[in-house]
Amino acid sequence: MPVRQREKPFGFPKPETPHGEIVILEERCKGCGFCIEYCPHDVLVLSKKFNAKGYHPPEVVKAELCVDCGFCRMICPEFAIYTYELKTGEKP
Amino acid sequence: MSVLSELQKASLSPTPDFHPENHPMDDFLRMDRMPHIWCSTCGIGVSVNCFAKALEKCQIPLDQVVVVSGIGCTGRVAGYVKVDSFHTTHGRAIPFATGMKLANPKLKVIVFSGDGDIIAIGGNHFINAARRNIDITVICVNNFNYAMTGGQLASTTPEGSVLSTSPFGSYEFPFNLPFLAESVGAVYVARWTSLHVYNQTVSMVEALKKPGFSFIEVIAPCPTIFERQQKMGDGLDRLRWYCENSDIRNGASTKDVDIRLRDRMVVGKFVDVERPTYLEAMNAHYRERLGSKYKDYEG
Repeated sequence: MPVRQREKPFGFPKPETPHGEIVILEERCKGCGFCIEYCPHDVLVLSKKFNAKGYHPPEVVKAELCVDCGFCRMICPEFAIYTYELKTGEKP
Repeated sequence: MSVLSELQKASLSPTPDFHPENHPMDDFLRMDRMPHIWCSTCGIGVSVNCFAKALEKCQIPLDQVVVVSGIGCTGRVAGYVKVDSFHTTHGRAIPFATGMKLANPKLKVIVFSGDGDIIAIGGNHFINAARRNIDITVICVNNFNYAMTGGQLASTTPEGSVLSTSPFGSYEFPFNLPFLAESVGAVYVARWTSLHVYNQTVSMVEALKKPGFSFIEVIAPCPTIFERQQKMGDGLDRLRWYCENSDIRNGASTKDVDIRLRDRMVVGKFVDVERPTYLEAMNAHYRERLGSKYKDYEG
């Protein structure tokens, strides 16, 4: 039985969307743009500032849309970005 | 980081036993050797991420893991991961791994190297280890050339590619790696690109759990040499190209999965069969021949 049909008559609460916090280690970034291209909610953009190596690191613009999918952490070849889940009820 | 997010971080507590100031990969990497030498938009770091995730999912204790690499861009992996690792001579990663596996069969031995190392110079070792079905996992990051030495023609370069030793285009027939691995007896063969991170991780988990010679080919962009010489843009353009032009076909016949330069390519898990490993076959054979006089070899 689909989840929605099973849950409706018994009044279970709607599953909550997880919220993630993004941490960018800017000095490790080489500005490849993988995280910006493949973020499913377009949370990140390329910033105008430079890091010490002269690359443009990404910048968080829509922090409230991050769902802690972790794809940016998996596709970053420089190990420079990661997310962690905030506890439920503590939305940013 | 903005002041607002600092304030939010101070007021919110993340899950226990997690330190938000450290990257989760920091425990797995030798941080004194960072930053690594791989170019911007290179795909090797993605494979290292997937490999760390796969080890975490398998829950193998890190003191039982050995990473062996040869020479080349991908050969640097052995220097960067914080497990027991061996950076061996050119092409001889698989013989080192074979020796280590036979000396101590309890170890999980992973060969993490490039196509020029495993297939071109170590090609003979590759086919013989697969024939014997030594219980190792081979992760071959394929970027279609010898990248570290300046972009020479490799045995996996697709026909028509312009490289520094083929300025008018390559005319050699390249290897089809999954077909080669299957024909010489590998029990697990998969191919993914740098874009398919979760598929790659699942494949690595399956390969680590599989007894026998398992082979994973990872197609990675080489923005500085291969993509630049073919005028294919940088690594990000290449990942977009992978997204549009790769078909996931699990269980496809490996004969049909050869790569052409600007043609669609097939990715997926191609082979997953059972076959006795080298040590199992040896123990079974001697038990049959010598009877109770023979004691099973366990390292």
